[in-house]
Amino acid sequence: MNLPYRPIALGLIAVAFSALLFQRAQAGGSHYFAPVNDAVVKEECGSCHLAFPPSMLPASSWQRMMADLKNHFGDDASVDAATAAHITDYLVANAGDTGGRRYGDKLLRGSSTTKAPLRITELSRWLREHREVPAWEWQHKDVRSKANCVACHAAAERGYYDD
Amino acid sequence: MSNRNTEEAIMNARKNRLLLAVTLALARVTAVAAPRDDLLAGYAAAAKKTDPAFAGFSATRGEAFHRNSFAGGKAATPTCTSCHAKDPRTAGQTPAGKAIDPLAVSVSPGRYTDPAKVEKWFKRNCNEVLGRECTPQEKGDWLSFMLSQ
Repeated sequence: MNLPYRPIALGLIAVAFSALLFQRAQAGGSHYFAPVNDAVVKEECGSCHLAFPPSMLPASSWQRMMADLKNHFGDDASVDAATAAHITDYLVANAGDTGGRRYGDKLLRGSSTTKAPLRITELSRWLREHREVPAWEWQHKDVRSKANCVACHAAAERGYYDD
Repeated sequence: MSNRNTEEAIMNARKNRLLLAVTLALARVTAVAAPRDDLLAGYAAAAKKTDPAFAGFSATRGEAFHRNSFAGGKAATPTCTSCHAKDPRTAGQTPAGKAIDPLAVSVSPGRYTDPAKVEKWFKRNCNEVLGRECTPQEKGDWLSFMLSQ
């Protein structure tokens, strides 16, 4: 039998490549982090800053953060005990090393999941992804803070953090 | 004759429906206004307790309070307008860069209808700006200003 091996091989490579692309596109090119979909969490964690997707930090970080809301990056963000428990449960269940692993996997690469890092903006992967952003852009009056994702990532509220 | 009866019946039905609509609309307005009135009444009662000479709230005083600078709180936020806009009809911005809905009720009609939320933010923000809790008089004045805007 004389099969046209070359065209078949090329065809298979093309199919495999587009499947890979499709998968990436579906996952938002690995820059997709499912946004908070709990009303209480959205309200309590999203008034002062963007309600950060729980998959951006490991579960240990959320536990550490929720245990000290009185000193929340310089602000008193304390809530009543029942609300705190509800928020903690949600964050821990959807963290980057638990339920939200498929979103947070890459961002948490190279960061310790047991040392409970508190700032997303200090994760080594985050730093690498933002190394080309010049200082003056961070200081721009529309940016003000590294916590202000939406200033550059226009679709951050919907979970997309592409350039 | 029967035609006339039908017409009358239709007119009556319309009147009834209009009446119902008006009643419902009124009920809705009251439902939104009630928690604000309750809030103000609560602050008034508390103010009277500490100061027998209490003579009501003033939106003008509330406006002055909103723009005043205080020394007791955090250095970064000496006044309400450190984060909220000077003009309550425009949006403010948190230190983290997030927009804050305007405080004026005319622009943000949903505000001040959840007493627990109002108290939560008075507690946090007064501590940040003044370094202490706000008095019932201050809260009532400030709220009166926002309700008048």
